[in-house]
Amino acid sequence: MAKEQLLSYEDALDKFEVVIGLEVHVELNTKSKMFCGCANVFGSEPNTNVCPICIALPGSLPAVNRKAVESSIAIGLALDCQIAPTGRFARKNYFYPDLAKNFQTSQYDEPIAFEGKIDIELESGEVHTVLIERAHMEEDAGKLTHVGGATGRIQGAEYSLVDYNRAGVPLVEIVTKPIFGAGDKAPELAAAYVRAIREIVKAMDVSDAKMERGNVRCDANVSLRPKGQEKLGTRTETKNVNSLRSVENAVRYEIQRQGYILANGGTITQETRHWHEDRGHTSSGRPKSDADDYRYFPEPDLVPVQPSKEWIEEIRASLPEMPSLRRRRLQEEWGFAELEFRDVVNSDLLDQVEDTVKAGAAPQAARKWWTGELARIANAENLVVQDLSITPLQVAQIQKLIDAGDLTDRMARDVVAGVLAGEGEPAQVIEKRGLKVVKDDGALIEAIDKALASQPDVLEKIREGKVQAAGAVIGAVMQAMRGQVDAARVRELILERASK
Amino acid sequence: MSEITPDTVRHLASLARILVTEDEVETLAKELNVIVDAVATVKKAVSGDIKATSHPIPMANVYREDVVEPSLTQAEALSGAPDSADGRFRVAAILDED
Ligand SMILES: [Zn+2]
Repeated sequence: MAKEQLLSYEDALDKFEVVIGLEVHVELNTKSKMFCGCANVFGSEPNTNVCPICIALPGSLPAVNRKAVESSIAIGLALDCQIAPTGRFARKNYFYPDLAKNFQTSQYDEPIAFEGKIDIELESGEVHTVLIERAHMEEDAGKLTHVGGATGRIQGAEYSLVDYNRAGVPLVEIVTKPIFGAGDKAPELAAAYVRAIREIVKAMDVSDAKMERGNVRCDANVSLRPKGQEKLGTRTETKNVNSLRSVENAVRYEIQRQGYILANGGTITQETRHWHEDRGHTSSGRPKSDADDYRYFPEPDLVPVQPSKEWIEEIRASLPEMPSLRRRRLQEEWGFAELEFRDVVNSDLLDQVEDTVKAGAAPQAARKWWTGELARIANAENLVVQDLSITPLQVAQIQKLIDAGDLTDRMARDVVAGVLAGEGEPAQVIEKRGLKVVKDDGALIEAIDKALASQPDVLEKIREGKVQAAGAVIGAVMQAMRGQVDAARVRELILERASK
Repeated sequence: MSEITPDTVRHLASLARILVTEDEVETLAKELNVIVDAVATVKKAVSGDIKATSHPIPMANVYREDVVEPSLTQAEALSGAPDSADGRFRVAAILDED
């Protein structure tokens, strides 16, 4: 498909005000599906987590997963929403084979949570309050694989294959109110919002929150209106934006695409569009259906959900500290510089550093291990740091030995390598590999004497002020001691000897 | 009281992915109007202060616990399907969506 013409981003923002709206779908990590007991797991053989309910065999009846309702309420509370004292499920009717029932069980006019808000901080430190319109419960659809006309016939050669393992997996759809006033930061705000939702549901452990697996998915609504105009412009809804980068790029693209059309006197078609990350553009999908076309009506097979005040308060009390507050607290506690802290956050290492600090390591030391040596090892082995087989406790133990002078930095790296190689706890690795700083200065002095004897001019040079001459002796001593001494201590002893 | 126009029928048919000929559009529009009118007579029996009721039995909060139960096997799941391939249901492709 040909790329559409675009207005420059600057011109588009000059002429128009950007209004965005975001719909984020969060797949819950319940053990079973929303309305049946099939396993909610990723990556099974096709159609092996299905039953009469989720493939809609006649006579089957759904039953609501209590845990899914609890998680939905928790998400609502985390987003500062009100929880509806009574709500119903509704049938959203459409004919597409991703759901076998010909309707999706969703919520319509009575969502479980409504009227919330969340503060989103941008890179610049600027904070935008995004208003949440609603969060409602629904079910995910099956996965379609489209197979092209391999037989060479144009007509009738194409078909689709359907796997219903995902059909009926619980989803919470979070819908924002229109977001105004972000200006040129609208794409960044959109991505930051999705990131914040992802972090929250992850911190709450109500979702696996892996965007690459579709656990968190975003539809981005974008419209432009001439500056000063009250009435909202016609919006498009871009589907399939499933990475943070895509969210940002897709919103930016729509601003430029719509900007070009409007600046040239055209009109925007209200439609859904698809984002193609590989090609960096959106393409036209189907005209957006009216809500009427879905012929929503209350689901007769499910009774209303009426969470008691006690249940809601119980869930509220069990909410973890929200990620943005936690970040603020930790940055203060640890005293990291802005860049150091951001490095930890962006590498998703807050948990690791925090646990290492809790286990007794100094914050800076903990940070250096995780964002330095361990990140380097993980990178070299094509892993993510979080997947390395070393625990924060083990890192803290190793750091304590460095602090006590029992390990040099180099030896500590050896211990880490041993732990990663499965040689056991740090203490066992130290034992097995014979890694122990020689603290007995006797052996050390003996080695120094030996080294000095073979390089007799060194002491003289040091006395003449050429302190760097000590380097050759330090090297020889380290070698003789097989690296199991502290180089700083060796240097100290040599200088001491020279001053006599 | 004609609410169903030929255009409504065409629109509904496309939503439901049913192929309807022009002759059928006319016939269906007439028939659907009869049904809509019949349903509309119910409204006359209802006074304004009765709220729409979706669940006449006062019952709420019926839940199942989050426990995994056995699913069908793939062969069982596909046994009633008109067509299947690669462990999946095979259906006519619907273009321009998804
Ligand atoms: Zn099932």
